[in-house]
Amino acid sequence: MPEENGGSKEKTGVLEKVQADAAALRETLKEKTKQQVDGLKEPEKTQLYRSMFRVKHDDEPRNRALSVLSNVFFHLHPAKVNRDATKYNFTWGMGGITFYLFIVLTFTGVLLMFYYHPTKVQAFRDILYLENDVPFGKLLRNMHRWAAHLMIIAVWLHMFRVFMTGSYKRPREFNWCVGVLLMVLTMLLSFTGYLLPDDQLGFWAVTVGTNMARATPFLGHEGPLGGLLGMTPYNDVRFALLGGSIVDANALLRAYIWHCIAIPLIVSIFLGVHFWRVRKDGGISGPAPVMLESEIKEERNPRPVVLRPSGMSQHDK
Amino acid sequence: MDWHQLWEIASAPDNVPIVAMLFLIPFYLWYALKQGIENDKLIAILESDANLAKTKYRKTQEWDPKWEREVHTWPYLMRMEFLVAIIVTVLLMVWSLTLNAPLEEPANPNVTMNPAKAPWYFLGLQEMLVYFDPWIAGVVMPTLVIVGLMVIPYIDANPLGNGYYTYKQRRFSIWTFMFGFVGLWVLMIVIGTFIRGPGWMWFWPGRTWDAERVDYAVNRNLDQVFGIDGSWTSAIFHVTKDQGAIWARVVFGIFPLIAFFIVAAILVHWICMRTEFSRKIYQRMSLLQLVTMYTFLIFMFSLPAKILLRLVFTIHYVWVTPWFSI
Ligand code: HEM
Repeated sequence: MPEENGGSKEKTGVLEKVQADAAALRETLKEKTKQQVDGLKEPEKTQLYRSMFRVKHDDEPRNRALSVLSNVFFHLHPAKVNRDATKYNFTWGMGGITFYLFIVLTFTGVLLMFYYHPTKVQAFRDILYLENDVPFGKLLRNMHRWAAHLMIIAVWLHMFRVFMTGSYKRPREFNWCVGVLLMVLTMLLSFTGYLLPDDQLGFWAVTVGTNMARATPFLGHEGPLGGLLGMTPYNDVRFALLGGSIVDANALLRAYIWHCIAIPLIVSIFLGVHFWRVRKDGGISGPAPVMLESEIKEERNPRPVVLRPSGMSQHDK
Repeated sequence: MDWHQLWEIASAPDNVPIVAMLFLIPFYLWYALKQGIENDKLIAILESDANLAKTKYRKTQEWDPKWEREVHTWPYLMRMEFLVAIIVTVLLMVWSLTLNAPLEEPANPNVTMNPAKAPWYFLGLQEMLVYFDPWIAGVVMPTLVIVGLMVIPYIDANPLGNGYYTYKQRRFSIWTFMFGFVGLWVLMIVIGTFIRGPGWMWFWPGRTWDAERVDYAVNRNLDQVFGIDGSWTSAIFHVTKDQGAIWARVVFGIFPLIAFFIVAAILVHWICMRTEFSRKIYQRMSLLQLVTMYTFLIFMFSLPAKILLRLVFTIHYVWVTPWFSI
């Protein structure tokens, strides 16, 4: 079949054909190379680039908006925001800092997991190994530790800011509640991590912490009315938390699974809800124009607050 | 004065966050109130001049009619976010290069740490153990704190101050939050870190942590102070003196508790009705909102009340029953 190609009548061997093609390429090679190099000067026009980013990114309003909207990470944001909402003095960036620290913790945490075994024999040695032998191991561990502390401070300050700007008021009540749960989860995340080095510090902190669980009313064996439900050290909530009646191998494994899998997953889900609600509640609450006392509307009386049937609209102020 | 002891506590790597908080919380408190007070001045002007209130002057931020109301997220917001991310990263790097995460001896159930402290963010709860039994300090109180935080948006009937800093328009809620967050939560953490030494005893800053020290517990229960020994009840019901004493204590303890609830309720009500504005908000609240708010505030006051009873009157329990004590 190839002989009939290009209308050539002569019979040519495969070798000749290749030679001919190579000769042709030599002539165009220079031009093609130039094209290739020139193309690199405008990487945003390459097929590779466009397949990744989908839209042009030159500096014009439409594309600025599109670059936010068409990126799965950036589209948490709206394309445009209230000009004042970008000011540091309103949010202090605290929610963002908290989120960023969560990402840092996930990143360093995954790296730490490569070196860590949640067993009584190995856990403590793994930490020593990390501190002394793993390249940058000590830095890694330090960063994970301090980012965790910082995240707790940041989440408290974020809550404090949200309170001081009254941003929990209608229509953001529910997002405040989601936030409270996130804060509790953040602290639990930190607490479950405390045991993992399997040293005296973590051991006694967790002992102190879980000893409180045995005093849970009804569900702890030392708690008020615990006897009523037949609670003993071997079946109460503390037992469920530790996987045993003492802080030992099972507790280590449970802490590990809560710390590395379960709570991060739950936090991620709640974070998704939290950010989604910030958008759905009409973006962040301010800095809003001030409202005056003389403008408070009379309430309908009696008004079934909280259990109100309507009030679903976003801008119902 | 043992400066070394103080330094040892303050410089322990795990305590750095608390030392940082000692600066961060006052700073942000100041930052929030500063903006609040500036806005309050603006509000005062607008309240006095109805014409001004109709104009752009309501804005709390710089404003120019030529500016567009909205700006592009990219770059105006996201460049800030990236900048902050870089700053946080640098800070974290420097912190991690200079201070090492603590690592003690391997866990050993036979060697008790003294003092055995919870992580710093739970020290408030551990400090509460001094004043309440574990089921209250470790279970009931945390639950109340979490639920209490979550009900805030539903019981705050004040529509003002939504989305801007203000002090005057939200005096009551700001003071309440400050009392709970700074006064109870943060302060308890600071006490738990700096003051509580071996045996969870009180060491003023600068006193050496002496593991040998013993405190002679002189605390008594309230019924002992009143000399309730069951002699009446045993006589009336023809039971032994011990049995009589149990029931006498159960019945006796209810009274101070009721008294506390009444006094605290009156106090809470007085606080809620202090200003003209507060009374107006009070009128707007539904019954459910009122009951919820008063209940949580009363429980919040129970901690300082118990601290007072313990520290000033050396009272251990107020209500002693065979099942639990408060
Ligand atoms: C893991 C913890 C959390 C993360 C990562 C987070 C993140 C954020 C972010 C990025 C925002 C946008 C505005 C800003 O940066 O301030 C935000 C807003 C908000 N957050 Fe959080 N947050 C967390 C915990 C909390 C907590 C503990 C509360 C309250 C108890 C809360 C309540 C709110 C509310 C009500 C808004 C809307 C604020 C407004 O419209 O002005 N969040 N959050």
